Amino acid sequence: MSVFNQPRKRVIQLIILGMVTLIISRLFFLQIVEKKYAKLADANAVLRKVVYPSRGIIYDRQNRSILGNDVLYDLVVTPASVKNIDTAYLCNILKIDKEEFRKRIINAIVKNGRVRQSVFAPLLAPEVFGQLQESMYLFSPGFELVPRQIRSYPYSAAANILGYIAEISPAMLKDTANYGSYNSGDYLGFTGLEKTYESVLMGQRGIQYLVKDNLNRPQGAYENGEFDSAAVAGKNLRLSLDIELQQLGEQMMKGKSGSIVAIDPQTGGILAMVSGPSFDPNLLTGSNRSANFSKLYTDTTKPLFNRAIQATYPPGSTFKPMIALVGLDEGVITPSFGYPCRGAYYGCSRPIKCEHHDPGHAANLRLALSHSCNAYFSHVYRLSVDAAKFGGIKEGGMQKWADYMNTFGFGHKIGVDIPSEGRGLVPDKKYYDARYKGSWNSCTSVFLGIGQGELLLTPLQMANAMCIVANRGSYYIPHFVASIDNDDTHLLDKYKKKHEGAHISDSAYSAVIHGMTDVVESGTGRIAQIEGITIGGKTGTAENYGIVNGVRTKLKNHALFVAFAPAENPRIAIAVVVENSGFGATYAAPIASLMMEKYLKDSISTKRQPLLKKVMETVTLDQSLLAKSHLDSLNNNAIMLKKKKS
Amino acid sequence: MNRSQAKLTQGIDWPIVGLYLALVIIGIMSIFAAEYRGDDNVWYDIIHPNKNYSRQLVWFGVSLVLAAVIWLTDSKFFTATANLMYAGGLLLLLLVLGIGKDVKGSHSWLVIGGFQFQPAELTKLCTNLALAKYISSQETDFTKLRSRLIAAAIALIPAGIIILQDETGLALVYFSFFLVMYREGLPGVLLVIAFSGIVLVLSALLVDRTVLFSIFTVVTALVIYFSRREIKRKRSRLAIILGVYAFCALFVMFVVPFAFTKVLKDYQVRRIEVMLGKENDPKATYNTRQSMIAIGSGGFWGKGYLKGTQTRYDFVPEQSTDFIFCTIGEDFGFLGSIVFLAIYVALLFRVIFVAERQRSTFTRVYAYGVAGIIFFHLAINVAMTIGLAPVIGIPLPLVSYGGSSLMTFTMLIFILLRLDADRQMVLR
Repeated sequence: MSVFNQPRKRVIQLIILGMVTLIISRLFFLQIVEKKYAKLADANAVLRKVVYPSRGIIYDRQNRSILGNDVLYDLVVTPASVKNIDTAYLCNILKIDKEEFRKRIINAIVKNGRVRQSVFAPLLAPEVFGQLQESMYLFSPGFELVPRQIRSYPYSAAANILGYIAEISPAMLKDTANYGSYNSGDYLGFTGLEKTYESVLMGQRGIQYLVKDNLNRPQGAYENGEFDSAAVAGKNLRLSLDIELQQLGEQMMKGKSGSIVAIDPQTGGILAMVSGPSFDPNLLTGSNRSANFSKLYTDTTKPLFNRAIQATYPPGSTFKPMIALVGLDEGVITPSFGYPCRGAYYGCSRPIKCEHHDPGHAANLRLALSHSCNAYFSHVYRLSVDAAKFGGIKEGGMQKWADYMNTFGFGHKIGVDIPSEGRGLVPDKKYYDARYKGSWNSCTSVFLGIGQGELLLTPLQMANAMCIVANRGSYYIPHFVASIDNDDTHLLDKYKKKHEGAHISDSAYSAVIHGMTDVVESGTGRIAQIEGITIGGKTGTAENYGIVNGVRTKLKNHALFVAFAPAENPRIAIAVVVENSGFGATYAAPIASLMMEKYLKDSISTKRQPLLKKVMETVTLDQSLLAKSHLDSLNNNAIMLKKKKS
Repeated sequence: MNRSQAKLTQGIDWPIVGLYLALVIIGIMSIFAAEYRGDDNVWYDIIHPNKNYSRQLVWFGVSLVLAAVIWLTDSKFFTATANLMYAGGLLLLLLVLGIGKDVKGSHSWLVIGGFQFQPAELTKLCTNLALAKYISSQETDFTKLRSRLIAAAIALIPAGIIILQDETGLALVYFSFFLVMYREGLPGVLLVIAFSGIVLVLSALLVDRTVLFSIFTVVTALVIYFSRREIKRKRSRLAIILGVYAFCALFVMFVVPFAFTKVLKDYQVRRIEVMLGKENDPKATYNTRQSMIAIGSGGFWGKGYLKGTQTRYDFVPEQSTDFIFCTIGEDFGFLGSIVFLAIYVALLFRVIFVAERQRSTFTRVYAYGVAGIIFFHLAINVAMTIGLAPVIGIPLPLVSYGGSSLMTFTMLIFILLRLDADRQMVLR
């Protein structure tokens, strides 16, 4: 009998206690010492879900919503729940075959697994959505329609201004300094106002913490939503743009390559900015975005190129008021200064032709401006740069002249609030030194006097120069956004600041303005007249050259017109460029005039309707380009789609 | 004895009953916590036993009925039928080998009228009774090797059959009977040898074989050097030392690798490697990892009952059965785990206390058997959930979900209570 083994009871108790101590010390390590398990548990069980706010809406100057949000539907699939459905019927609605159906299901499984939702067909076209919605009960619970916000442009206009949003690219995702707050799949502004004001429009994304299970399926709010933060909708933008004016401009630029920029000189607010030919911005939203984008991108008429700020042109005769201003300010001429032009300028080795032969057409500044005398301004230019008080052209004259140009806003980006602005070109001393290796004089650059030669301006710069003339020296940086709702940013500060120009005397401006009103009243721009409104304007016909088949060839002239009105209290300053069309007075002046009439009088008079019709019907784009362009059919499709939706 | 006149519950050991009830209730609450989703209709689920916790409630009811039946049975019935029950248990195990059903990779389940039943659980009880019967019989002299071998055979034969059923975890539990045999006089050196054996296996797995071999050689040389005087006096010492050396070397160089490549199943090898930290495949380490995350995230105070995120959302596999300790670790934290373990220690110590107050060897052996079985289950199960032991699928006694397990432990404990109530009798 082993009754005497009492001490062994102690051993057994010790073994038990030893084991339990071992377990407790391990628990101590796991639960108290080591902190990583708590973190891992959260990562395991808490799903961080981003709640997207609705993007800010953009209104025009009349508070019409010109860029809003629309809802489209995605068809999403949970592969594990797809059972016993009429695949053929679904394929029929979606217009895909069974092979494609199978492929998409497999893609969904590969991407997100069997129990999580994946997009099966994104951004359904309205008619497909309608059909699906009726028969959705046949396909649930495997399939579901999920609403998704997209941008919509009710006026189908101002595509290049408003810009578009698109999914963030992998390269941007890597750039965490700028795009750190974005996740893959997020949409953001790529161009236009959508890009510049992204930080305001995007709003504040909310975060919802959801408890998830081991298969990543959400199971409800974590801690009753204690840690959630609500999404804050994007702020709305209010523009100085007049959408009807913009639409009119786009209609008039149909079939033409070029641009219109209209600015309110009193605020610098842009009233219209047309790049012709334009496209319907709705093409870049919704289901066909990428297909449409590549079509627009490759189109022969280059609709994605915002000519108003990116294209640069020789200003031609529209530049003459600026030449006059420099001459007057430097004191090399007075308003009564005349030049005996006999049909050409002979001051340099090659004569520069003038359209007028009659004596006295350049007897003073006003006459010279209204007749656009080439000889007069060639002469004034040379007088300005060769002026003795700057020590001649190479000493300081050329540089002084270039400085004047810079204060007019030429040769550098003005700072409009949409991206990709061009800088144009103002040649200065350095430029000519480099190009002619020191052997040059005022005859080398005499063409600058008539807005030709090396000088290149963007239409925006031309319009801004008109603001400076209209305001007699001052201007605001041209911009679209007049105000941001509940603004707490400093984005608009720089547009509220008045810039003083070259401190040119008021009398110089008066002389130039008088000359410019004469242009419309009795000079080259008579076609631009509007009943009851005094207009200051200047026509321009710019020679230009392009490379055709590798040879520098003279192309058809650009037609230009710059103007402001009413002359006594300017409310609109405008620049119009119609590429490769012909005379400025024929092609550009009517467009500018109709724009001004529409803006100042709110409608175009019956008397001028035939002119409007004629302008709209004019096609100046090269036939060979038009033949290969799909722009019209694309725009028509967009309009059809919109009609169907509403 | 005039039992009809005595109080019905006379002689019952209330502390054990109390601890038993505490553990079962904690168990049901933990299973509930593992399954509860916040929007469940609890009353509906209880009335229609379609959830594990509601089924466990039913099993608890059945167990209480069993307990009552046992309490009303005469103690002599258990001594008288111990061998018969053992034989019946073995027969059942063999039957399972033939007509058993595969559940989760182990061929150890019987299906009777829609209920699944695991005889390997029940045979623990039969074996415990048979072992008590054998050791307490007057013919047995436990100081003799023959008796010890027979006792070992009684304990290990069922384990052998259970291994054939691919239920290695439950088979391991039968080694707990060596604790009883130790109490009854098995030489203490066996414990040392068993412990050394475990160390040897672990080192064979963790340390490079040639390094280990060199260590053995150096240690042996040192031992011989320092005990050279004793060896001079007694030549057999040298033989023993060299024998141990040879055994260790052979064991490490050949037996362990052989066992790992030929005897153990692939998944078992992997589970051991996971425990040792040698296996990093996320799939293989998933269970242990999730279980450790759940327990570790409990912290000191725990997340609160029903607030655990890991245990409630199916991150931990086998949540209600083998990994039930995770729920306690996560919801009640370090403090709760200590309290929980303390309840077990109290139960074990009380059972040992009860064992030592017996006049009958039968009851004492039986009681130590109960303590050993519960201890083995507890130690292996909890150690597994915290990464101290490889994943071995055995339940936490009275707490884990499972009818077979709950009923077996109920019977084990209530037979002990019955026998203890009659401790004045000498039972054989």
